[in-house]
Amino acid sequence: MEKTVKKRRIFLMEEIKMYEVRFHGRGGQGAVTAATILADAAFHEGKDVQAFPMFGVERRGAPVAAFMRMDTKPIDIKTQIYEPDCVVVLDPTLMSVVDVTKGLKENGKIIINSSKDPKEFNLGKGKVYTIDATEIAIKHGLGTKTNPIVNTAILGAYSKAVGNVKIESIEEAILQNAPRKKEENRKAAVEAYEKTRGE
Amino acid sequence: MKLTIPEEELMYEGTVDCQGCGAGLAMRYALKALGKRTFVVIPACCWSIIAGPFPYSSLQVPLYHTAFETAAVVSSGIKAALEIKGIDATVMAWAGDGGTFDIGIQSLSGAAERNEDIIYVCYDNEAYMNTGIQRSSATPYKAWTTTTPRKYPKARPKKNIDEIMVAHEIPYVATASVAYPEDFIRKLQKAKNIKGTKFIHVLAPCPTGWRSLPEHTIKLARLAVQTCIFPIYEVEDGKYKINIKPKNPKPVEEYLKLQGRFRHLTEEDIKEIQEATNRKWKKLLKKEEFF
Amino acid sequence: MVKKVIYGNHAVSYGARDSRVEVIAAYPITPQTQVVELLSEFCASGELKAKFIKVESEHSAMAACVGASAAGARAFTATSSQGLALMHEMLHWASNARHPIVMANINRAMGPPWSIWTDQNDSIAQRDTGWLQFYCSTNQEVYDTTIQAFKICENDKVLLPGMLILDAFVLSHTSEVVDMPPQEEIDEFLPPYEAKYKLDLDDPRAFGGLMFPDWYYELKYKQHRSMEKALKIIEDVGREFGERFGRYYGLVEEYRIDDAEIVLVVSSTVAQTSKEAVDLLRKEGMRIGLVRIRTFRPFPKEKIRKIASKVDMMIVIDRNISFGSEGVFYTETKAALYNEKSRPPVYGVIIGLGGRDVRVEDIMNIAKKGKNNKLEINKINWWGVKL
Repeated sequence: MEKTVKKRRIFLMEEIKMYEVRFHGRGGQGAVTAATILADAAFHEGKDVQAFPMFGVERRGAPVAAFMRMDTKPIDIKTQIYEPDCVVVLDPTLMSVVDVTKGLKENGKIIINSSKDPKEFNLGKGKVYTIDATEIAIKHGLGTKTNPIVNTAILGAYSKAVGNVKIESIEEAILQNAPRKKEENRKAAVEAYEKTRGE
Repeated sequence: MKLTIPEEELMYEGTVDCQGCGAGLAMRYALKALGKRTFVVIPACCWSIIAGPFPYSSLQVPLYHTAFETAAVVSSGIKAALEIKGIDATVMAWAGDGGTFDIGIQSLSGAAERNEDIIYVCYDNEAYMNTGIQRSSATPYKAWTTTTPRKYPKARPKKNIDEIMVAHEIPYVATASVAYPEDFIRKLQKAKNIKGTKFIHVLAPCPTGWRSLPEHTIKLARLAVQTCIFPIYEVEDGKYKINIKPKNPKPVEEYLKLQGRFRHLTEEDIKEIQEATNRKWKKLLKKEEFF
Repeated sequence: MVKKVIYGNHAVSYGARDSRVEVIAAYPITPQTQVVELLSEFCASGELKAKFIKVESEHSAMAACVGASAAGARAFTATSSQGLALMHEMLHWASNARHPIVMANINRAMGPPWSIWTDQNDSIAQRDTGWLQFYCSTNQEVYDTTIQAFKICENDKVLLPGMLILDAFVLSHTSEVVDMPPQEEIDEFLPPYEAKYKLDLDDPRAFGGLMFPDWYYELKYKQHRSMEKALKIIEDVGREFGERFGRYYGLVEEYRIDDAEIVLVVSSTVAQTSKEAVDLLRKEGMRIGLVRIRTFRPFPKEKIRKIASKVDMMIVIDRNISFGSEGVFYTETKAALYNEKSRPPVYGVIIGLGGRDVRVEDIMNIAKKGKNNKLEINKINWWGVKL
């Protein structure tokens, strides 16, 4: 019974074209802000959106998750996201402690902040994209060398890899939402967009 | 003869306070001092009754009755509303010792820390008199109350609320006694013209609870000062000034013996109280000298 | 008009700002903090001309609002859970003194053990304090209800405080699109508060003094009557709001109930998730709909009766529990129907206490179980409890 319901649900998701994204980061890295900016960008393209943190207590440095849901139709559901279409990993060191592909749809996408080639990741499912968001963030003076702020750069990679939110919309949303260094953040996203590598 | 007390009466006659009630007197003086443009906030205390039941009010100024622990903060709320509406008026919280020393100290401390522009008057009759004489943290050492029977009178000294308020670094803290109305009125008028939290602690004898004669109210309020049991002083921006300095303080026994609540005291108890009183008085003199 | 993607908490802050509240008094508590942080910024920037009293407790937050409202100001606060419980005494004070204070409460489970996640036990426990209670289900509704609540509560016929309620995290920390009308249009809808009864130097009166038994009872009658009158005012205000801004809210929201045999009775965000469950079940051929109870106090008895008269089964889903009894929406629904000549069986389900996620599958399975007569009728159906 449980199974049939689940299957129906996946069927429904495809039918209504809802798209769900999960961000993995560490407390203080701005995963929630990334989810919110992405939601804002999608909203400006006329989508209905939701963005929310992992419901819980966030501690600096500890693994956190954030979520984004978008749809061409109004979104009713208020549940957490269990089967994302896409996973964004802000900090690759998390991958040894967190199962970042948990629940990811078979044909889902994984965007990893890494200087490695996507082929070097063997995750068993999904299509991997990489971007060295850390290098880009440092280059644009976002955060510090030891604690770069990569959440805007990684959104550029999202736009390139997934393609359902235009880079222009992301640039606009960054300018509206970034608390400071707006232009640097925007440039980082654009550079990441151009440098994203896929399998 | 020159009148030293404002003539205007803002409290009606015929209030329902007990004979010889110090708290009734205190309010009469307070409103004379502050005048018509005053809002009064009264939490649960004797004055919840003295102010009159529905549909009466014994005051000729707006009056809000509030919950026991909220005099300071409801006053803050009223003041905020008046400020946003551009109404210039005084807001006076008027609470007993229970509502100040005990249950109300949290919101009082909060208001003082924020330096809310209110006058907070504690009329102190040294126990929960409205509920029938139960001890509060303002009850003096060794006093009888219905919850500190003569066999086990109060084992701890009266809480020093004035120093607690001074520690909040508010602009004005003062003590007063209903036996010295000019001093009390001067302090209220001074407080009215200071911005920020003003705390005035007035000793208000309670014949019912102190087991004293109604006609001794003023006498007791005076003796408390003359024996240095209840010193009259003010602290303005941290600067101490003792307003009434008895040249030769009277023995505390003169004050204690007129009150049934101290009837059980032994000579040793009285000696102990005398010594504690001397100690505290000396400390206050030092404070005046140094601060 | 500004459309923005904002947190549920910020929807409260924007709603309070656009209602031009005059006095705010608040104390921080997770998950409410964003409400007061943004309001602090509005006050600091001058965007909102209000006095913000940063009190030392929730009890004082409500007491400060009481004072401000008594002096004629539009007063606002926000809290959650333990904070709401601490306010309890002053909630009675606000209502009994007829102060139209508006408060947002973020539904958070009561400790111990500590929980910061959602359920309704905090606000349900304040059911009898004489506050209007609105359970919101989207950020848009949170914003709209903040503004509406002032208009409803300040109405001469009502003059009672009102609480708008939103789920911890599921709304409070979730960003959604919120449409905020221009200030001038809101000002037209919600003019400044002119208190009919207030502390007044020109007309000095005493408020709240001792009242003997020969009058107290009548005041309680009047307080209750005002609650009853609020039923109509809520609908009128909802209609006016709808005409101006295109979004209607009333006592209840009905969803696909026209030909429904089974009706789910739900509230808060569970209702939104349930809508999708209804859609899916409809596709499977089940004639099902839902009614979302938005206004819990006053309780919309007539609406419930009308809906019940046309259906074969009602399933009430509660995210709260009255220990020793049952879910409170369940009790209230049944009580509304008891004296009706014909009434459907009413089932009670408890779900999602302490923030456990309520999924579309849960609602679908509850409905199916109900349809197959597998729910217990005279017992609580504890959904998903691990035993």
